[in-house]
Amino acid sequence: MALEKITKVTGSAAYVPGNDIDTDRIIPARFMKCVTFDGLGEYLFHDVRKDENGVDRDHPLNDERFSSASILISNANFGCGSSREHAPQALYRYGFRAVIAESFADIFFGNCTTLGMPCVVAKAEDVRALAAVVEANPAAEVTIDVVGNRVLSEGIDFAVKIPQAAHDALVAGQWDPIAELQEGDSEVAQRVAALGYLPAGK
Amino acid sequence: MRPVRRFFCAPNVACANLPTRNTIGQNLFEKVWDAHAVRSLSNGQTQLLIGTHLIHEVTSPQAFGMLRDLGFKVKYPSRTFATVDHIVPTDQRVEPFSDPLADAMIRELRRNADEFEITYFDLATGKQGIVHVVGPEQGITQPGTTIACGDSHTATHGAFGAIAFGIGTTQVRDVLATQTMALGKLKVRRINVEGVLSPGVYAKDVIMHIIAQLGAKGGIGYAYEYGGSLLDSFSIEERMTVCNMSIEGGARCGYVNPDEKTFEYLKGRPYSPDGDEWEQAVERWRSMASDKDCSYDDVVNIRAEDIAPTVTWGVSPDQAFSINGSLPDPESAASEAERLSIDEALAYMKLEAGSAIKGTRVDVAFLGSCTNGRLSDFREVAKFLKGHKVADGVKAIAVPGSQIVDALARKEGLHEVFTEAGFEWRGAGCSMCLAMNPDKLVGDQLCASSSNRNFKGRQGSPTGRTVLMSPVMVAAAAVSGAISDAREVFEVERAVN
Ligand code: SF4
Repeated sequence: MALEKITKVTGSAAYVPGNDIDTDRIIPARFMKCVTFDGLGEYLFHDVRKDENGVDRDHPLNDERFSSASILISNANFGCGSSREHAPQALYRYGFRAVIAESFADIFFGNCTTLGMPCVVAKAEDVRALAAVVEANPAAEVTIDVVGNRVLSEGIDFAVKIPQAAHDALVAGQWDPIAELQEGDSEVAQRVAALGYLPAGK
Repeated sequence: MRPVRRFFCAPNVACANLPTRNTIGQNLFEKVWDAHAVRSLSNGQTQLLIGTHLIHEVTSPQAFGMLRDLGFKVKYPSRTFATVDHIVPTDQRVEPFSDPLADAMIRELRRNADEFEITYFDLATGKQGIVHVVGPEQGITQPGTTIACGDSHTATHGAFGAIAFGIGTTQVRDVLATQTMALGKLKVRRINVEGVLSPGVYAKDVIMHIIAQLGAKGGIGYAYEYGGSLLDSFSIEERMTVCNMSIEGGARCGYVNPDEKTFEYLKGRPYSPDGDEWEQAVERWRSMASDKDCSYDDVVNIRAEDIAPTVTWGVSPDQAFSINGSLPDPESAASEAERLSIDEALAYMKLEAGSAIKGTRVDVAFLGSCTNGRLSDFREVAKFLKGHKVADGVKAIAVPGSQIVDALARKEGLHEVFTEAGFEWRGAGCSMCLAMNPDKLVGDQLCASSSNRNFKGRQGSPTGRTVLMSPVMVAAAAVSGAISDAREVFEVERAVN
């Protein structure tokens, strides 16, 4: 499977501040009553963006100046909670292509990587500086140099971390592991036989 | 012919292919990892064999969709087990469900299980329930194995000494298609809890205390191994409660080493090995426990006597404290980020800095979930609930974690204790833990809940408020109409003596 090599992501950004932004907040459970991921983008951050009557609350994503943002900036432990892939799917379908935050929950991070959506880890002060640039100029172009592990914007250039495995997978265009997993078929069969608890030969 | 679904190991075979190590002992995580590691992938991750795959209606339909798009089959259908839990109504259980979306999801799961020949514990089987209750009670969850499920609370199965991962939907596809997934090895943190709990303090308090100590992101990159004299003394169901909330502490999985209690629990269950296979299995399970001389990446020691009945006060599971604590003051926070978090949490919870949480009015009491919806939870609550009545204005529901829990509880007459006290006794499912079914908070109702997440909007209303606590504390809140210390409401000290 030829996948896109994700070497950099460029676009305008939006800052959604907060630590421990959980996947329930990214996509509330009631919108998971679906059998496909289509249409999830519409409900991204729904309950913090709309009040009980469906009227817009004060939220960065309700601010027109950030409506074309493709990079999300946030703080620590982003994507904690439920393993729902509906959360990265909602971000992706809304139009985001990368997330910059101080740290990420493990499952969320992995889910994003398999969608080809880099999550890069930045220092708190760098997040703050970048957020300030974006707030001052919402059209500011932000570039995540995935290959070089850096983030660049107006007057900004800082290092970010991406765990090596995710980094390599994104850059090599191997972020969807299915093809490689299937190549391991015969070794899987051997391992199954050695363990003895899976029915062999299936 | 019924496919072989038993978990056992041909004697001495499993070890033959293991990488040899000259080092001292290994911990359980390392042993299970090595036994299931297929090969290294180009990005440095490991292709890991998944012994048991559990699926439910919310995170699997898209995975089957991807599988069909790619033209793949399910590789080992006999190692995948399905149940329906998140969207099932707990009162009106006849189909079609009144919610057409929920109905579409249950039909889709049925279709997928049918087409791909997957064992499915459907509503009519009498075995349906929350996936993390069903796996153990069927004997599907076994020590020394790898388990994956598109659900973060898969960590629950670690109570048996399994390494159990919550995964995303694309990984569900990977496991369906290849019985493996790509994963980086985790570090292991040993958490020792020594001593005994005082009366009125439970396994739920232990894990909430641990999370409050180590933080909601303290476990990122780790598997948690729980041990020490307290964990040794715990029943399997108590260990499940602890392992269940590993994810709330940021850990990808959590486990307790298997011991005689584990084997005892599994003996005679439908999918447990039997006959000669039983002895072989036990021998293998025993060998998978952490060696005495193994090492860990980190060790944390906790004293059981420091643990009080614990409640959350905020919107993250680590925002928790003793029932007698006073709410934090944002002004005395250590950092600006913490000040904002406290501010935000108190505002959302409509609580006041510096005051007590005890006495806060409760609108709803929810007993259930994969954390605390097992038979032992209902038994423990019933001991105290007899002779009490749910306070006026409180809606109290008790939701068994599975149809089997429901049946066993009824057999003991527990449901009557609950209904006489004013609880509604419901059918099995996730219910108000995440409110994908009709059980929801309304407006800013405050819920005393035995579940595992107090996130904003978690229980179905965008402004609904959740206070997590042990089942007995939920019952105390229900009968007193306010967040209370169960030891006072039920005179716990006297009751146990
Ligand atoms: S009971 Fe709650 S936490 Fe457990 S599987 Fe169901 S929704 Fe998830």
